[in-house]
Amino acid sequence: MATVGVVTFPGSNCDADLRYAVDHTEGLEAVAIWHKQTELPELDAVLLPGGFSYGDYLRCGAIAQFSPVMHEVVAFAKRGGPVLGICNGFQILTETGLLPGALIRNSGLKFLCQDVHLSVEGRPTPFTTDLTRDRSLRFPIAHMEGNFVADEDTLDRLEGEGQVIFRYEGGAPNGASRDIAGISNTSGNVVGLMPHPERVVEACVGGTDGVGVFTSLQRALS
Amino acid sequence: MKARVYVTLKTGVLDPAGKAIASGLHSLGFDEVEDVRLGKFIEVELSDGPDLKTRLEAMCDQLLANTVIEDFRVELEG
Repeated sequence: MATVGVVTFPGSNCDADLRYAVDHTEGLEAVAIWHKQTELPELDAVLLPGGFSYGDYLRCGAIAQFSPVMHEVVAFAKRGGPVLGICNGFQILTETGLLPGALIRNSGLKFLCQDVHLSVEGRPTPFTTDLTRDRSLRFPIAHMEGNFVADEDTLDRLEGEGQVIFRYEGGAPNGASRDIAGISNTSGNVVGLMPHPERVVEACVGGTDGVGVFTSLQRALS
Repeated sequence: MKARVYVTLKTGVLDPAGKAIASGLHSLGFDEVEDVRLGKFIEVELSDGPDLKTRLEAMCDQLLANTVIEDFRVELEG
């Protein structure tokens, strides 16, 4: 059984959903990690959930990057461990510098809570090998700051190196540069995305397109 | 000692909030407004010590500003 740490920051609100999605994937077991932990238990992957860590004070994810546990998460990622940040987790990963770019206020200035259609692209990652590239995926988004920005050189590099992993189809509702919804680092083990795969893992709550994120991880860890 | 830190969006980074403020000013009749950029103003109380300016700049680099999208300027009172 592979163990997957799900970090809870003060203000995280998708941590329970994420643990549920992990625990309902055969071969994966979720381990709740509190942000004040200074050591991680033996883990095979680390997930940073959505929410509003530290009330989004200063900037989304800006304070969470200095939570005691993040020192260990950064070290885990730098050793090549799989790390996934969803929504606020993605914002935290850009603030720590594990992923390039930044996430700023949605271009329409509105909180967006809706389904989006995504294409899966780029290099294989531990979180995406099971996701189909034959059709678009439907994931929900729920964010105020999902507008991905980076300088043109960085955007070109992300595209050229296959680090654009998820892209909004039909235009980014939040104004994200080049319709980017999710990216990876250069080695592919760290991935961040704004949409919520953990909210589409059962048909009775709106779909199962997110299941592949978790089965991909199980496959990568087995 | 008091320090003032100004954090502003870099040129070229879209500022949707600034645009909304500009359009609000236009609808109030301030037609001369050409552009608005919204930033942050942070006051920091400091105990006296060496290299305060350098230390403030380090604070900006590490937390107060995200230098991917923001510039900062630091003023020490007095």
